[in-house]
Amino acid sequence: MSENTKLRRYHAARWDEPVIHEMGHPGRRGNVFPKPEDAVREAVGPAADLIPVALRRKAAPALPEMDEYDVLRHFIHLSQQTLGMMGISLFGTCTMKYNSRLMEGLTARPEVRAAHPHQDEDTLQGTLAMIHGLDRILRSLSGMDRFVFQAGGGADAAYTHCCVTRAYHASRGELAQRDEIVTTIQTHPCNAATAATAGFKVVTLMIEENGYPSLDALKAAVSDRTAALMINNPDDMGVYNPEIRDWVRIVHEAGGLCFYDHANFNGVMGKLRARELGFDACMYMLHKTFGAPKGNGPAVGAYGCSEELAPFLPAPLVVEEAGCYWLDRDRPQSVGKIREFWGNVPVILKAYAWARAMGAEGIDEASDLSVLANNYMEKGLLAIPGVTKSQSHLTQRRLEMTRYSVEKLQEETGIGIGEISNRMTDFGIDAPWLAHEPWLVPEPFTPEAGELWSKEDIDRWIAVLAEVAREAREEPETVKTAPHNQVVHAFDPAPLEDPDHWAMTWRAWQRKRGRG
Amino acid sequence: MKNRLETAHPYMANSVPAIKEAMLRAIGVATVEELFEQIPAEHRLRSPLDLPPAMPSENELRRHVLDQLRRNETCEDNLSFIGGGCWQHHVPAVCDEIAGRAEMMTSVWGTPYSDHGRNQAWFEFASLLGELVGCDVVGQPVYSWGYAAGHAIRMAARLTGRRRVLLPCLIDPERLSVISNLCGSKEMASHIEIVEIGFDDETGLLDLADLEAKLSGETAAVYFDCPSHLGLIESQGAEIAALARLHGAETIVGADPISLGVLEAPPVYGADIVVGPMQPLGIHMNTGGGVGGFLATRDEARYVHEYPTLLISLARTRRDEWAFALSCAHQTSYGLREEGKDWTGNSVNNWAIVNAVYLALMGPAGMRELGELILQRANYAAFKLVEIDGVALRFSGPLFKEFVLDYAGTGKSVAAINAGLRRHGIFGGRGLGDLGGDLGPDFETCALTCVTEIHSQADIDRFADALAEEAAR
Repeated sequence: MSENTKLRRYHAARWDEPVIHEMGHPGRRGNVFPKPEDAVREAVGPAADLIPVALRRKAAPALPEMDEYDVLRHFIHLSQQTLGMMGISLFGTCTMKYNSRLMEGLTARPEVRAAHPHQDEDTLQGTLAMIHGLDRILRSLSGMDRFVFQAGGGADAAYTHCCVTRAYHASRGELAQRDEIVTTIQTHPCNAATAATAGFKVVTLMIEENGYPSLDALKAAVSDRTAALMINNPDDMGVYNPEIRDWVRIVHEAGGLCFYDHANFNGVMGKLRARELGFDACMYMLHKTFGAPKGNGPAVGAYGCSEELAPFLPAPLVVEEAGCYWLDRDRPQSVGKIREFWGNVPVILKAYAWARAMGAEGIDEASDLSVLANNYMEKGLLAIPGVTKSQSHLTQRRLEMTRYSVEKLQEETGIGIGEISNRMTDFGIDAPWLAHEPWLVPEPFTPEAGELWSKEDIDRWIAVLAEVAREAREEPETVKTAPHNQVVHAFDPAPLEDPDHWAMTWRAWQRKRGRG
Repeated sequence: MKNRLETAHPYMANSVPAIKEAMLRAIGVATVEELFEQIPAEHRLRSPLDLPPAMPSENELRRHVLDQLRRNETCEDNLSFIGGGCWQHHVPAVCDEIAGRAEMMTSVWGTPYSDHGRNQAWFEFASLLGELVGCDVVGQPVYSWGYAAGHAIRMAARLTGRRRVLLPCLIDPERLSVISNLCGSKEMASHIEIVEIGFDDETGLLDLADLEAKLSGETAAVYFDCPSHLGLIESQGAEIAALARLHGAETIVGADPISLGVLEAPPVYGADIVVGPMQPLGIHMNTGGGVGGFLATRDEARYVHEYPTLLISLARTRRDEWAFALSCAHQTSYGLREEGKDWTGNSVNNWAIVNAVYLALMGPAGMRELGELILQRANYAAFKLVEIDGVALRFSGPLFKEFVLDYAGTGKSVAAINAGLRRHGIFGGRGLGDLGGDLGPDFETCALTCVTEIHSQADIDRFADALAEEAAR
C-alpha cells in the first residue's frame, strides 16, 4: 500500500513577512470616511465638543498607517503561510471535513449578513425555517426532543448542560446537595472544566483493563450528591463503552442527569441515538461533524435534551405554528442566556445545508467510511517499525479514530512525537493531534481520517510518517532540526513562559526587547 | 435494508464501491458492518433516520436554500436603527476577502510553523487591539462581550479572593444574563453575588453615591460599560475607578472598540481589565452570529496567569525570524482540566483575524474620523428626532452611537410606532421593556435607537419624517 506512494516535494510559502507594526508610512490611509453633512455639523458642532473633556482621547492609538492594497497583500501572505487543510489534515477529534463553498457564498448574502437578530420575526422567516429544520434533523439523529443553538462551541454546549443541570436540580430543591459531576479521564477536558466553572466538584474515573472505567468504579462514585454524568462515547482512542446503558441507569437511579458529549459522533452517526441509550441530553459540534468550517470559530455546539429538561433550555427557542416561525422568549424556567442572541447563525445554516446534502443515506455512509478509513489506516501505521497502538490488548476494531504511540521509536532513536510532528509538516502534512493532557499513552498521536480524505491521501499520510520514522533511524539530525521546508524554523519556547520575555502585543515586545 | 447513495457523494472521496472493497480487502474483513463490532446490537438505531431525502446536487441545494433565504428581509433593503449589542457598521471589502480565505477558515490547531501565518494574524489582532484599548496584554477572543465580562469578573474574584461584583442596573439584560450564569447559583459555594448600582435619572450615568454605599471590602470588582448599553458616554470613569481602588476592588470596563478613536482608552482613567465586543470592527451582524468578545489587561503576571483564553506571544526563531506561539497554555483547561482557568475551546478566532484586518485598514486617522462621524450623526439624529411632537430623549447624558427615545408623549406603544415605521421601509429602535429587574415598566415606552457611520443625513431625515407621521397618526 504505502510503499508505492510518492512523497511530494513540498515547500511552504515563505514571504519573510514583517509584523504589521513594522509596516506602513505616516499619512497613508486604508479607508476614509466622508465629512459629516453641513446640516449635521451646523446642528451639533465639532465632534470633540460632544465628548466630556475627561473622556476625550489624548494620544492617538499607535496603529500602522497603511494603504488598502498593502493590508490586503499582508493578510493574503499570512493566509498563504497557513497550511490549514490545504495539505492533508487528519487532526483527531476535530473531524476535518469539506466545508461547502456553496454555503460560504449563500451565508455571505445580505439575507444572512445584513440581518439583525432583533428584527421582527416575520422578516426572518427563511432563517428561522432552516434553524427549525436543523432542529428536526438533529432530533431524528439523537432521539432528543428539542435543540438549541446558542452555544458558541462544543465546550460552550457542555457548559450549557451544566447550567441546565443547575436549573433542573434547583427546581427540585436539590442543588445545594447535588454538587458533583462525574466524568472520565478519557472524556474531553471541557466537560470537567465547564462543570468546575459552573460550581460543581468534579469526580473523574480512570480507565481500566477493558479500556473504560468499570461499573464498580461508577457505582462507588455516584451518590445523592451526583448532579450529572458527562461523557464521550466512543472516547478519543476509538474505544466504545458497551456498558453505557448500565452507566446511564446507575446515574439515573442516583438522581443524576446524563449528558452525552457527541464530539466523537462521526463513527456512530446514523448508528445509534443518545436518547435510546437513555441519555437526557447531548451535544453536536456543527463546525466539525456537520461540515461548517473550523478556523477555531465562530462555531456552534448544538445542545439537545429531553422534554423533561426542555423548560430549562436557554431562550429563545424557534417554534413553528402553521408554517410560520417565531421565537419563544417566554420561558419562565429557562436558564436565560448562555450567550447573546440565538447562536452563530451562518454556522447553523451551513450545518443545515450539510445535513440536507447528505440525507440519511449520506450520513450513514459517512460513518461507515470514517470507521473504514480508520481501520484501513491502522494496517498501514502498524506496519511502520516503532509505531504501536494504544491498549493493544483490546482486540475489537476501533471506531473512527485510534491512538498510537511512537514510544518504541523514541527508545530506539531518542526522537519523540513532537519532533516527528514538526518534520511531518515539511511534507505538507498538518501536524497530527497528539492527545489531551494527561498523556495516558506515551508519545501519542491520534489521526482521524473521516469521510473526506481519499484513500490516496491516507496512503500519503502513512508514507510520510514511514519516511520520518526512517529518517529518525538513519539521519536523526534531519528530524531533530525540523522543520526545514516550513515558513520559519524552530524556536526555543521557554521564554514564552517567562514574564520578562513573553510579549502578547507589539507594545510589550518593544518595551521588553525592542529599541535599546 | 439501508438506503444507499446512488452515486459517489461529492463530499466523500471514498464513496466509490471499488475503493471501499479495496480498503476492506486490505483490512481483511468482508463488510463494513464487521468494523462496528464494539457496539452491542441493542444499542443500534431502533428505527431508521427520518430525514428529508439527500440533496447531493449543489444545483438543487442552492435553489432550496435560496428559496428559504428570500423569505428574509434585510437591513440593506430597509433602513435600520436597531442596535443593542449587534450594530450595523461599514465592513470594508478587504475584511470579507480575508475572512473567506480557505487557509484561515480551515485551519485548526496546527503548529507555529505550519500555521505560522494564522498565528501571526492572531497575534496582530491582540497587538492592534492592544494599541486601541491601551493594554499590553490582549487574550485571544472569547464567545461574546457577556463572556468577556463574566470571565473578567471571575478573574477579579480569584485575584481578590472576594465574591461580589457591582455593576449598573441599566446593563444590557442579555449581557447580564450571560454574566449571571457565569457567576453561578446562590446555592453553590463558588457563587459570585451580583449587586446592581442605580443611575442618575436625569443623565442616565452611574449613581456614584449608590456605588459608594455598596462598595466594601467584600467587593471583587466594579464593572461598567462605556458607552453604556443605553448609549451614554460614562464620564465618571476616573471617579468610579478611584472608589473601587480605595476598597481594593478591580475596575472592569466594557468598551465598544469602535468608539476608541475618539474616546479615552479605559486604562487611562483607571480600568484594570478592559473587555468589549468584537463585532463592530469589520464583522457583519450575521443575524447575531457576528458577536465575539475580547479581554485585555496590564502586562503583569498576576493578571496573565488568570487568563482563560489562548495567549499568543511573539518570539524569534533560531534563524532570527519572527515566531508566534502559545504562551501560558498549561493554565487552561487543556492543561489542567477542572483546575484550569474557567475553560478554553473553539471561540471566534476567525473574527479575530478580521478585527486585525479592520484595524490595519483604519489606522489612527480612520478610527478618529469614524468616531467623529458616528458621534456627529448620532447626535444630529437625536437633535432632529426630539423635534417631533411627543418624542423625547430619555436621558441628557452625552451619547455616542445609541440613545433612548421615549414615545410616551405620542400615546403610542413602541410596537405600534415600529409597526408603522415598517410601512416606510424602516426598522425602528428596539423597545426597552425587557430592561432588567423592576426597570422594565419604566422603559415600556422607550426605544434604543442606533445611528452609525452608515446612516447619512438623508437617511436620518427620512427616519424623522416617517416617525413624525407615525407619531401623529
